[in-house]
Amino acid sequence: MPKRPMEDEKAKDFKGAIVRLFKELESFKILIIVGLVLAALGSVLAIMAPNKLSLLIDKISEGLVIKTDNLTAITNNIQTNFNEEKMAEVMPQIINIELNEKTMAQIMSSKDITNEEKKQFQSFMMAMQQGNQAENFALLKDLPDSILAIILPDSTYNDVVITTNDKKAFLTLINSWEEMASNLTMPDAIAEVLLPSINIEGTVVTAQDQNSFLKIMSTLGENPAATEVYAKIDEMPEAIIKVVEPVFDMAGIKKIVIFLVTLYVLSAIFSYVEALSMTIVSNKFAQKLRKRISYKINRLPLKFFDKNQTGDILSRVTNDVDTVAQSMNQSLASLVSAITLFVGTVIMMFVTNWIMAITAIAASLVGFLFMFAILGKSQKYFIERQKYLGMINSHIEEIYSGLNVVKVYNGQKQANAKFDKLNEKVYDANRKSQFLSGLMMPLMNFIGNFGYVAVCIVGALLTMNGTISFGVIVAFMTYVRLFTSPLSQIGQAMTALQTTAAASERVFDFLDEEEMAKQDKITKVLDKSKVKGNIEFKNVEFTYDGNNLPTIKNFNAKALAGQKIAIVGPTGAGKTTMVNLLMKFYDISKGDILIDGISTKELTRENIHDLFTMVLQDTWLFDGTIKENIIFNRQNIPSEKVEEVCKIVGLDHFIKTLPHGYDSVVSENDNISAGQRQLLTIARGMIEDAPFLILDEATSNVDTRTEELVAKAMDKLTEGRTSFIIAHRLSTIKNADLILVMKDGNIIETGNHEELMQKKGFYADLYNSQFEL
Amino acid sequence: MLKLFRNLQKKDWLFAFISFILIAFQVWLELKMPDYMSEITQLVQTEGSKMADILVNGGYMLLCAFSSLICAVITGYLIANIAARFSKNVRKKLFNKAMDLSMGEVKEFSTSSLITRTTNDITQIQMFIAMGLQMMVKAPLTAIWAVTKILNKNWQWSALTALAVVILLSSIAIILTIVLPRFKIVQKLIDKINNVTRENLTGIRVVRAFNAEAYQEEKFEQVNNDLTQIQTFNQKAFAIMQPIMYIVMYFLTLAIYIIGIYLIKNSVMANKISLFGDMVVFSSYSMQVIMSFLMLAMIFMILPRANVSANRINEVLDKEVAVKNGKIKEDTTSEKGTIEFKNVSFKYPDAEEYLLQDISFSVHQGETVAFIGSTGSGKSTLINLIPRFYDVSSGEILIDGVNVKDYDLEYLYTKLGYVSQKAVMFNDTVLGNVTYGDNGKVKSDELVKKAIEVAQAQEFVSKMDKKEKTVIAQGGTNISGGQKQRLSIARAIAREPEIYIFDDSFSALDYKTDSTLRHELKKHTKNATCLIVAQRIGTIMNADKIIVLDNGCCVGIGKHKELLENCEVYKQIALSQVTKEELENA
Repeated sequence: MPKRPMEDEKAKDFKGAIVRLFKELESFKILIIVGLVLAALGSVLAIMAPNKLSLLIDKISEGLVIKTDNLTAITNNIQTNFNEEKMAEVMPQIINIELNEKTMAQIMSSKDITNEEKKQFQSFMMAMQQGNQAENFALLKDLPDSILAIILPDSTYNDVVITTNDKKAFLTLINSWEEMASNLTMPDAIAEVLLPSINIEGTVVTAQDQNSFLKIMSTLGENPAATEVYAKIDEMPEAIIKVVEPVFDMAGIKKIVIFLVTLYVLSAIFSYVEALSMTIVSNKFAQKLRKRISYKINRLPLKFFDKNQTGDILSRVTNDVDTVAQSMNQSLASLVSAITLFVGTVIMMFVTNWIMAITAIAASLVGFLFMFAILGKSQKYFIERQKYLGMINSHIEEIYSGLNVVKVYNGQKQANAKFDKLNEKVYDANRKSQFLSGLMMPLMNFIGNFGYVAVCIVGALLTMNGTISFGVIVAFMTYVRLFTSPLSQIGQAMTALQTTAAASERVFDFLDEEEMAKQDKITKVLDKSKVKGNIEFKNVEFTYDGNNLPTIKNFNAKALAGQKIAIVGPTGAGKTTMVNLLMKFYDISKGDILIDGISTKELTRENIHDLFTMVLQDTWLFDGTIKENIIFNRQNIPSEKVEEVCKIVGLDHFIKTLPHGYDSVVSENDNISAGQRQLLTIARGMIEDAPFLILDEATSNVDTRTEELVAKAMDKLTEGRTSFIIAHRLSTIKNADLILVMKDGNIIETGNHEELMQKKGFYADLYNSQFEL
Repeated sequence: MLKLFRNLQKKDWLFAFISFILIAFQVWLELKMPDYMSEITQLVQTEGSKMADILVNGGYMLLCAFSSLICAVITGYLIANIAARFSKNVRKKLFNKAMDLSMGEVKEFSTSSLITRTTNDITQIQMFIAMGLQMMVKAPLTAIWAVTKILNKNWQWSALTALAVVILLSSIAIILTIVLPRFKIVQKLIDKINNVTRENLTGIRVVRAFNAEAYQEEKFEQVNNDLTQIQTFNQKAFAIMQPIMYIVMYFLTLAIYIIGIYLIKNSVMANKISLFGDMVVFSSYSMQVIMSFLMLAMIFMILPRANVSANRINEVLDKEVAVKNGKIKEDTTSEKGTIEFKNVSFKYPDAEEYLLQDISFSVHQGETVAFIGSTGSGKSTLINLIPRFYDVSSGEILIDGVNVKDYDLEYLYTKLGYVSQKAVMFNDTVLGNVTYGDNGKVKSDELVKKAIEVAQAQEFVSKMDKKEKTVIAQGGTNISGGQKQRLSIARAIAREPEIYIFDDSFSALDYKTDSTLRHELKKHTKNATCLIVAQRIGTIMNADKIIVLDNGCCVGIGKHKELLENCEVYKQIALSQVTKEELENA
């Protein structure tokens, strides 16, 4: 398994990377601006909403309060018409005592009236002459009903019939003026006379209504609780309820609701459009980056790939580009909206009420300071966790991939000991980091609640002072949440931005790598069909980047048209390098290589590649059918040609045994052996003729018997072509026209097999060592 | 998943139980808070309330919040402990199990899959326990609790909340059903884009030699466009999630208020204020309900993933190891370094065809036996039967006169010095790599030095910065293939085994080094038996016995000269490498 390079989460130059990122995003300017503006607008709406919502709640709570104005109007009406002064004034007319000769005689002569009662009446008469009006009235009420019926007969006052009973009750009422506060019962007729009906907001409150109001209210004790008052209202006559009952300001409420609905819908649309535009930007940008990387790969000099590992470049195409896109998608918009939200909330809070604002901010800040302290501490454990996890994973990887050796060498104990040690460390780091990271959410919750309570208490204090309305508290309950969430969002977005910067830096570093030299000035072209096939190496010298010593030194050789040239030598002698120079994969440092007398420096790389057929040691097959792999990028190759070539290399039969024949997918058929893979690459090389042929260890994966078959086929193909063969197995190249024996970058011997064997030099030594034990 | 939980220890269950209670308490506290909230609301609302009452209620609420925090902290601590200990134990168990697996089982799982199972899958499960478990207890508890609190308030509100939950969940479900299948496609396309790039990189020289840059770029672009398109679609679909959630939640709040207005309007005066309080409380409870349903939905999303991981882990843990350990831990015969194959046949358990058929031969102490044959002829398989990487399907293999199946593996291995086809290097010093393992003997410095010398490794080791103390990178990436091979040979030599097994271990060496090494080895290990698998005729020509394999059958046993005369396959192999004259002259 390829080891993934350690992800470096911090950019080397954060500012530079971000600036560069924005420069690269230039073409998406409009979409980004749209996205960011919408993000900011969304936040503004998010701030506006709670204020409006609090207004709505205010309106609703207003609908709970009884109409005190109307209540006062009623009470006033009662009070102006029903007081001692007024009583003294209107009482006599209402009571209308019929105390004249006629009535007196009637009393005295009445048989229904007992003597005792008559006596009482006489003493009343006596007392009355001495007493004042009020005292008289008090005495009056104590007279027996039978007498009262005569002296206080039903009478009319202002067209209202007032009965004797009414009068008696009234008298009783007046006499208990002091105790009147509780349990006040006044005859309706009297009320009708005393209390004029009033018209409140179109509703007529009659004297009767007022009377029952008076009666119900009188049942309340002193300083009644609001709820008691509210409950009493339910018992009142309809007219009073109608007048006093709280009424919702429906028009106002409707307005707010419509406003809020619009606001929420708009906000949702904004956030969706914002997300859409950012999604489009990030994906298109990722697409563009990937495409550029893919182009870049083919324009980098080979030396770049000597220094950089496949896994690293791969991770740039997928991981890094993905990281850039996704983290950018998340961080940019959320950063803008979070900052807007934060600043906006702070402003709104202060505008609404500065005391509450300070309360909310202070309460949250305390929590956040605490949280950052924890975060700072936990960082250490996160790093530790990553480190030990990486260590144990690579230990597992190492042991599993070398399992047979571990077993046969009884290395289990050793492996276990190391595993246990690391496992313990992972456990410890896991435990701590998990715990600390799990702390964040509850802590955030607590901060939210703490802020809430603080706001409520301070808010309640202020409400009771009448400084603010209840709606303000509700608004602040939301502000506290709005205020705490962007802080952590900003934190997250900043980390995401860090990641973006680091990843984009890696991507751009790659895209900025120096490309192969431009070939604009090259005008010479060697026509494939007219090439004779002579190649000359003239004092070629080549040094790999970063090496002090040249890999190839003063290399001179001449290959004539149609010759078979073999290059042999121990590993590291520079054989493959020679081929790389010939193919112009690398530029030579000194000297020259001439094809038909023309310097390769004067030819384009594509032109040179066109002249060569090349088969390499690594059996490079891509994910596709066998046919696609053989044809590769060549065009107009008929199927017959493919089959023909496969017959030559002895693959035809094998391919036809596969389930889909030539259309079998390579990756799905893992029974294609290394040898067969190699043969496929040879077939690929053979399918199109070129004047030169290079075989770089092309048969090393084939067993020797197959190799012989291939070699024979190759010999047929190489007829007339100049061919270069690099081989490990000396048997393959014995029939070469010229063998170049290389050691440490130099040609130390040249000649054909026989000549070299006779020399008894390095080649002969190498050759004979095959047969020693 | 549940099965895997059996690996939890008693202490873990206790912790889990305490956590459960704490979480329940936490939920209770969190749901209690809105009560105090409404209390405060009412107090603030009505005139004449005492400040002291508000303070008391605020204090209670704060106490709830703080207790909830404390509960959460303790729960977090307990669960972090459970998760970490669980992953530690399962990782250990899995690692031990993996080391017990025979090569057949390893092959069945594939090494890379075993690695992911021991690393990623365990991390997955750990994450699930750490986050999911808490949610899994908390979400339904909150949902049920909050619902019961809500239910005895007005039904209109409850119906509304239920509707909101239904809308939210069904929109999540719809989006997921649209997006999930496409996620799998995305994964495939990412693999594909990786693949195309990897192909281009690994075949960079081929691509350039064939001027196939445009061809590759076009291929890349196609996948790139597909990936971008489908990923954009997915993200667009997901982008609608947030606005929907936003709209549903706020509209719910709004609707609760509007319904509240009508309820208040139509109620008698006596109930108005308490209705208002209910309304404010309800709006906060309904959020709790919605949140807990969202949490539940989230669990249903992560649960399958964790379940897949759990199953993958269980697969390994439940795998029955085919190679059973024997009992013999000491020499029972006087034989030393002898090997005998008696009618050995081998096929993979589920395979139809035999890889080896009816192989019989015997080897005496000190002999060198070579195996040759074309690719796929079964040489490596044969040699791998000796250390019991696989067990024979029929027949038996005797070492020192005892069936290999009867040996205690550890004891069997002390007799062997095995060098694999692919040299294995450990992330350790050169010295650590050479002295690797345990054979019950102390490896003296002198011995190690000698081993390095014999393996022809002295030449490059002495050039290293810190000589024998130089650290080899993981996988031996800082040394060449030939150097790795020589060090792994030195490792075998340092063991001083009775029997050497070289599984094509000289292939990366040039002829000269190969020949010197074998020469030195022979001198150093006169009494040891030596089994060599090789491709090169030169490597094995002088063996005491050469066994020629073809398609799993033994087609010839004998010395080089004999085989040249009477074994057609051998002759062909030989002739493909050297000429007739050379064969005769050698």
